Amino acid sequence: MSVQALERLKAQFGDAIRATHAQHGDETAIVDPAQIVEICRFLHDEPGLGFDMLVDVTCVDTLGLDKREQGRFEVVYHLLSTQSGRRLRIKAPIDEGENGENPEIDSVMPIWKGANWFEREAWDMFGVRFRGHPDLRRILLYEEFIGHPLRKDYPKDRRQPLVRRDFS
Amino acid sequence: MVLGAKVAEDLDQEDDLPTEAMTVNMGPSHPAMHGTVRIVLTLEGETVREADVQVGFLHRCFEKESEHATWTQIFPYTDRLNYVSPMLNNVGYAVAVEKLLGLTDRIPERAQYIRVIVGEISRITDHLTCLGASAMELGAMTPFFWMVKAREWLWELLEEVSGARLTHSYVRIGGVVNDLTPDFAPKLRKILADVRKALKDVDDVLTRNRLFRDRMDGVAQISKEDAISYGWTGPALRSTGVPYDVRKDHPYLVYDRFDFDVPVGSQGDNFDRYAVRCEEMHQSMRILEQALVQIAEVGPGPILVDDPRIVLPPKSSAYNTIEGMINHFKLIVDGIKVPPGEVYSYTEGGNGELGFYIVSDGTGQPFRVRCRPPCFAIVQALPDLIRGGNLADIIPTFGMMNMIGGECDR
Repeated sequence: MSVQALERLKAQFGDAIRATHAQHGDETAIVDPAQIVEICRFLHDEPGLGFDMLVDVTCVDTLGLDKREQGRFEVVYHLLSTQSGRRLRIKAPIDEGENGENPEIDSVMPIWKGANWFEREAWDMFGVRFRGHPDLRRILLYEEFIGHPLRKDYPKDRRQPLVRRDFS
Repeated sequence: MVLGAKVAEDLDQEDDLPTEAMTVNMGPSHPAMHGTVRIVLTLEGETVREADVQVGFLHRCFEKESEHATWTQIFPYTDRLNYVSPMLNNVGYAVAVEKLLGLTDRIPERAQYIRVIVGEISRITDHLTCLGASAMELGAMTPFFWMVKAREWLWELLEEVSGARLTHSYVRIGGVVNDLTPDFAPKLRKILADVRKALKDVDDVLTRNRLFRDRMDGVAQISKEDAISYGWTGPALRSTGVPYDVRKDHPYLVYDRFDFDVPVGSQGDNFDRYAVRCEEMHQSMRILEQALVQIAEVGPGPILVDDPRIVLPPKSSAYNTIEGMINHFKLIVDGIKVPPGEVYSYTEGGNGELGFYIVSDGTGQPFRVRCRPPCFAIVQALPDLIRGGNLADIIPTFGMMNMIGGECDR
């Protein structure tokens, strides 16, 4: 049925579904990031698909991986239908944006409440800005942290200044 | 005028007294909350009006460090994810890497049974910790001691097997590092009998206890739809009546060979989360007893896959032959070579679906290791569950979510 999900996605969205594969049995669709919300809503609402759970949202910085023809960051969504037990992975490659500082994609929070913290974590770790997220703060790190540590160009041993708070 | 009548009159008008909301910090270090978390509460009297849950105090850069370690060196890090059930994390990570290596079907049967056994023991210790600590926070100190004692018997057994009480690092890519000890089965059977007795005692003093029930029943209810939308899995999701369990719905290892039930709740409240966990321990014990019988039928045999590209050579070979030494050196220094690709693998952890999304670029170190922690998704619903409730209800609600800092914050 997941293969069917990929077929239905292609029928519905045409060119917005850039590629599909099923490596190691994980059905995957690489999609146009501009249409991520429409695609997710279709997967969530459409009878027979019913991907009602957003299991995970994360990001991969592909800097250094041999596939730079698409955007630098891949936002990765793992979906599950609790009815059928089927799973699907959606990948949305996005560009670095201006100055390499501003990768952006729409938030899927209107569809799944669970996107909230996962998107905040992706922002925290990769600096991906989720448009429309109501509360896009850092979550695991602290507000004064400089940079986004899971980016490949963030050195592992970089030190951060100690946080000094003025309680005046 | 009778003295006191004026006071009584004033008290009658208490509702009109002007009040203003108060902001209170709960945590990051709070004696009644196991796990380092900070909740910024806006209170009106005892009522929670708004809550901002802040996690991350236990962040240890698991994902970043993993990109700079060989595939095998990540096992000790996984021990420290959910540190009350380290074996389940070990197994979850190993299963993920093996899926990427295409090794899943080649893992020796004995090793698969051993993984199930140590994993289910860990699930019991996980639930014992969660329930024991929560009972203690509600004032029931004795059940906490009973459960922690039971947990200790199980951990001592795991220590005999793995060499470490808590941070086992026992599982390897391709199998497990040691075989079970010769007297493992009788010892485990004896411990399970004792754990059953302890659980019976706990059941007697908690399950029908008026004080306990009043704190748990109907508190922090969540609907099926909301739980699914929030990405809840594991006992927390099952408390709402959704019978989703990775072991049943997507069996891995040898879970399809066991007869066990998936308990579900009906209300989705704190008591259901307690009851589901209690029953799950009994189901885990059923699995363990069947696994002991079945592993005896399998008999002695290899516990690691027979592949020198993945498994270290025996010490005799590493010390006495040049080929063995080179093989050992390459595996330690360069690491196992995992073919390029990506994989998402999921297992049933103590709190729910423990997922690993792994990307390999073909070298001895992972390109990206993403851990999908079950309690991260669960804790994000905490503000919704405590809003409008009493301040004191935060304690059982948070306890039943079983937030494990190591897993949530990584």
